[in-house]
Amino acid sequence: MTESNISRPNSATPLVKRGLAEMMKGGVIMDVVTPEQAKIAEDAGAVAVMALERVPADIRAQGGVSRMSDPDMIDGIISAVSIPVMAKARIGHFVEAQILQSLGVDYIDESEVLSPADYVNHIDKWKFKVPFVCGATNLGEALRRITEGAAMIRSKGEAGTGDVSEAMKHIRTINGELRALAAKTEDELYVAAKELQAPYELVREVASTGKLPVVMFVAGGVATPADAALMMQMGADGVFVGSGIFKSGNPAERAKAIVKATTFYNDPDVLAQVSRGLGEAMVGINVTDLPAPHRLAERGW
Amino acid sequence: MLPLGILALQGDFREHGYTLDAIGVESRQVRTLSDLESVAGLIIPGGESTVIAKLARAYDLLEPIREKIANGFPAFGTCAGLILLADEILDGIEGQESFGGLDVSVRRNAFGNQLDSFEAELDFVGIPGEPVKAAFIRAPIVEWVGSDVEVLSALPDGRIVAVQNDHVLGLSFHPEVTGETRIHQHFVSMVKRSN
Repeated sequence: MTESNISRPNSATPLVKRGLAEMMKGGVIMDVVTPEQAKIAEDAGAVAVMALERVPADIRAQGGVSRMSDPDMIDGIISAVSIPVMAKARIGHFVEAQILQSLGVDYIDESEVLSPADYVNHIDKWKFKVPFVCGATNLGEALRRITEGAAMIRSKGEAGTGDVSEAMKHIRTINGELRALAAKTEDELYVAAKELQAPYELVREVASTGKLPVVMFVAGGVATPADAALMMQMGADGVFVGSGIFKSGNPAERAKAIVKATTFYNDPDVLAQVSRGLGEAMVGINVTDLPAPHRLAERGW
Repeated sequence: MLPLGILALQGDFREHGYTLDAIGVESRQVRTLSDLESVAGLIIPGGESTVIAKLARAYDLLEPIREKIANGFPAFGTCAGLILLADEILDGIEGQESFGGLDVSVRRNAFGNQLDSFEAELDFVGIPGEPVKAAFIRAPIVEWVGSDVEVLSALPDGRIVAVQNDHVLGLSFHPEVTGETRIHQHFVSMVKRSN
């Protein structure tokens, strides 16, 4: 690193923070728990990896409090790959976020997959140089996270299930609410802001553009190439795949297939071809079988 | 003129489309060989260079694009696109491929991780008036240029961030996310000249 990098005044601007997410569009971000898995993900064509200690399916199976990963493990993954590395902090745990920024991760995911540290407040993300991605199940939640400084949104789905139905519900909800907001007249936006529990200025901006001011990926339950293409056809900017890859029979081939499906999401011939010969998909759990206290998507306020 | 092509395998290809819309130039997203045959030049967007190269290889676009550029087809790459147009990549992943066309050596992630991403205003050869607004996001740097390559812009410390080699143009940064349209305009005139 040279001197000039350190003294550069225009780093960590909203444009620079949101810009990295722009560059990940049309790509797949994969959960990895070891440097070896990170390498497999990079070789398969991941645009970034999410470093964590346990994939959501294991967090669900093993229970207990789930926290930020061991810094040694994150360092190992950062040195194993050349693509961006993301890592998760608990909701509201700004010290975990300070540590992750100090480790030099490229993005922090303030994630409901980990045990929340604060049941009222999220992290004040404007205070950080590193950009944040946050989960959302509806438009109001997405706008509140953007107000707190999130530079990227991830619809939540239900992590660690391999069941895409919640991901579908959340992207349909967010897109539907965006369309409804865009159809409102100027004088209806004050009440819209109240109902969305989001600041009026941001609500007005989104009403006039008809879209979020940041990139939105889909997460939570994507396990097959067809699931990834489904989310892209629904208008996602890209997909996160958590347990779906490394809990499957042939992670390297499945990862490559999901990458191709995310690019050629509108081409059923390509989708048919990449869906062949992938071995067992993750076994999964139906979201409807999960007792309510175990639904991760309900964390976040 | 045929529409301009934008390689749409991964990355911010839509932003390049919006930039061309803003200057009234028709564009088309390129994902297949037949798309490639129906465009007058090719923009290679920002994104992840390793991913774009793998997808181009998997869908038989790598050799055809390489061959077309070698035969004079105009090409313009930003960030990952610059890496993909470089004849030599430094700090790539093992076996990382490029289309080539620019006689330069380009280092990936030359500034470091996302914390070292930044915005800057640049002087740019052939673009008078206001400085060019540039966003450098995990950006590459041109470390060496061949004798036929023209340097169009550099940072105050001398590091090269924009180069042109006849019909091939490459930038370390993203004019497509800052509202800067003049470099796209410059590429459009390169395409018109070559047709």
